[in-house]
Amino acid sequence: MDAIILQILNGLDKGGAYALIALGLTLIFGTLGVVNFAHGALFMLGAFCAVTFERVLTLSERVRDPSVTFFEAYKEVPYLTIWYGDAGQAIVDWAVPLSIILAIPVMLIVGLAMERGLIRFFYKRSHAEQILVTFGLAIVLQEIVKYFFGANPIPLTAPSALTGSVDLGHWLGLTGISYPLWRIVYFLFSLVVIAAVFAFLQLTTFGMVVRAGMADRETVGLLGINISRKFTIVFGIAAVVAGLAGVMYTPILAPNYHLGMDFLVLSFVVVVVGGMGSLGGAVLAGFLLGILQSFASMTEVKAIVPGIDQIIIYLVAVVVLLVRPRGLLGRKGVMEA
Amino acid sequence: MPIDTSAWSRRRILQTSAALGAGLAIPHVFVRNAWSQDKVFCNSPTGSNVVLGFNVPQSGPYADEGADELRAFKLAVQHLNGEGDGGLLKTLKPSSLKGNGILGKKVTFVTGDTQTKSDAARASAKRMIEADKVVMISGGSSSGVAVAVQSLCQDMGVIFMTGLTHSNDTTGKDKRRYGFRHFFNAYMSGVALGPVLAEQYGKDRKAYHLTADYTWGWTQEESMKNATEKEGWKTVQTVRTPLGAGDFSQYLTPVLNSGADVLILNHYGGDMVNSLRQAVNQFDMKNKTVNGKQFEIVVPLISELMAEGAGDAIKGILGTANWDWKLDNEATKTLAKSFGEAYGRPPSQAAQTCYAQTLLYANAVEMAGTFYPPEVIKALEGFEFDGLGNGPTLYRAADHQCFKDVLVVRGKEKPANQFDLLEVVKIVPRETVTYDPSIFGGELGPSEVKGCAA
Repeated sequence: MDAIILQILNGLDKGGAYALIALGLTLIFGTLGVVNFAHGALFMLGAFCAVTFERVLTLSERVRDPSVTFFEAYKEVPYLTIWYGDAGQAIVDWAVPLSIILAIPVMLIVGLAMERGLIRFFYKRSHAEQILVTFGLAIVLQEIVKYFFGANPIPLTAPSALTGSVDLGHWLGLTGISYPLWRIVYFLFSLVVIAAVFAFLQLTTFGMVVRAGMADRETVGLLGINISRKFTIVFGIAAVVAGLAGVMYTPILAPNYHLGMDFLVLSFVVVVVGGMGSLGGAVLAGFLLGILQSFASMTEVKAIVPGIDQIIIYLVAVVVLLVRPRGLLGRKGVMEA
Repeated sequence: MPIDTSAWSRRRILQTSAALGAGLAIPHVFVRNAWSQDKVFCNSPTGSNVVLGFNVPQSGPYADEGADELRAFKLAVQHLNGEGDGGLLKTLKPSSLKGNGILGKKVTFVTGDTQTKSDAARASAKRMIEADKVVMISGGSSSGVAVAVQSLCQDMGVIFMTGLTHSNDTTGKDKRRYGFRHFFNAYMSGVALGPVLAEQYGKDRKAYHLTADYTWGWTQEESMKNATEKEGWKTVQTVRTPLGAGDFSQYLTPVLNSGADVLILNHYGGDMVNSLRQAVNQFDMKNKTVNGKQFEIVVPLISELMAEGAGDAIKGILGTANWDWKLDNEATKTLAKSFGEAYGRPPSQAAQTCYAQTLLYANAVEMAGTFYPPEVIKALEGFEFDGLGNGPTLYRAADHQCFKDVLVVRGKEKPANQFDLLEVVKIVPRETVTYDPSIFGGELGPSEVKGCAA
């Protein structure tokens, strides 16, 4: 029982990341009709926003280290610590959550620039061409990051108050269920972001127009609304969502330039399983596949089907597409014309 | 008729015999060389330079080790060419090295990126042999890479001085006549670490293994399993994880509830940094109590570079190492100083083994008097030496494995400085870790191969 609960928890934080990326993908697909293969790269750029912010906060002075005697050694002491002492150290400690402040505007600008600068020229082209151009863009973004940050993973830490694990079993009346605190934070964070996106679409006039545009673009246009400008902003929002998912994921997994590609393929499967164009489907499938992947890594499962942890997601996708060709919550008429 | 001009004066006899003696002796000095130079072999150096190939991971989970290996290679080349402070040229005994390159030829090098992948490493090594004409290849973190490159080198007839590779297979079932390993192996780690674990954590322990899923991980898991079970431990579960998995949470999640009270991480490099940080910082395993005992984590192969990456998570963790820059011997101090002055940091064990391998190759060539590989191999086989930092060391002829003392180390609780991350708990003598070469099987193969010259 406790093993099952633990694997569900494990699936939830991973699923949170899948859901956030898939949500953005679906938003873009639903509004602009573009299959954005550069979306994983946006997740990766978000993670590197956190890396950059942490680097800025830890700009250091080289100080001679007198404890090393056999050659001249220097250690790096962050300016923040030199200037503000413990308060400076605390800011450095909270670098990852704080970098959200940097990531939101940066990702918004990146998203808008991407849409205006490149992707809008491909709206009328075939999906194959859209995939090629966005995939190419993803590779370019990757190589840029690799040039500046190198190929190796860069570990970041969660604030020390949020490291370690909490004994969840204590609350649930079960023993032996303790889970890393930051991963729980990540899951809650993803819920908040998902809720915010849904609230934005459901409760604001802007959201209403966007939803109307998703349902029938031409009619909304005939009503005198500049729908393409609204859709550009949606692209920016999707970029921010992916970016935030990336920022908060850094303490879980040290980011490298390839991080986006690792998540992109899985996120596409999530979108397909959830149903193309269905926001709720994307979220549902994100968590579902995260949990399934987690279960498939259990030794008991692997003992029955070796290697299942590597293929479970694709296996599920095949089954879902056979049984429900439009995905779990897919609507009729999406990408079928 | 002058009196006996034809007769041999004493002086002339002396002159003639001296000339004759010298005339006979001079070709004799060069004869082995001259004979070998006629032999056609792969990338026989013809000009005034000799090219070595350093094939290290510059990306992938072992990239940090690769970067340090490269630093060591560059330093070794400088020292061989008589630049810098000479490093361990002064301490190696016996030594035929003169500090004027190798056989008078200036040493140059090319580098390649193995990407910590066997196929990329093979391609890179092949390029070095065919395009850059290297006469020796060294490097490679990862035993998967070492085994792949070693077999290529055997086919091509180029000597391979392995860098950091710890799998039993490298000098066991996959050993090759052209491959030589200075680094220790998983079997030795197990033999050295087992008794210390029993002494520190007791004999009634249950272990859970997470293992990198390739040759090194498998042999390390097997060696650790055997060594700990010999001490009375039980093995609860062994789980394989893909190399470079990044997020190990799905493998760590079941550990605490499995009934095990020790986690053995058969991971290295970036994988180990990730899994250890996740186990200690995220899952807080070191502060848990299982079966009424403090939960413990063991990392059988530890390096300073990983300790640096793992940060506080390494504190108190036991493991083994091939070498440590804080060892108290002249060669270690010389290398640490020389490396420290050049790069502002002490050498890692990966760096030390690569530095040693480069010097050992150069020395073997000087001993053989030729670059002709079969002769160089003969010089290395059974070579007993000292003065490279590990104490008296033997390059065993039967499997090309070096035998020397093994260190049991522990992550230091209170480091005196940023480099003071591991402490040596015990030095296990060479005799204890020496084993019968037949236990791992394998064949060295021939020393005469057609190679790339054919």
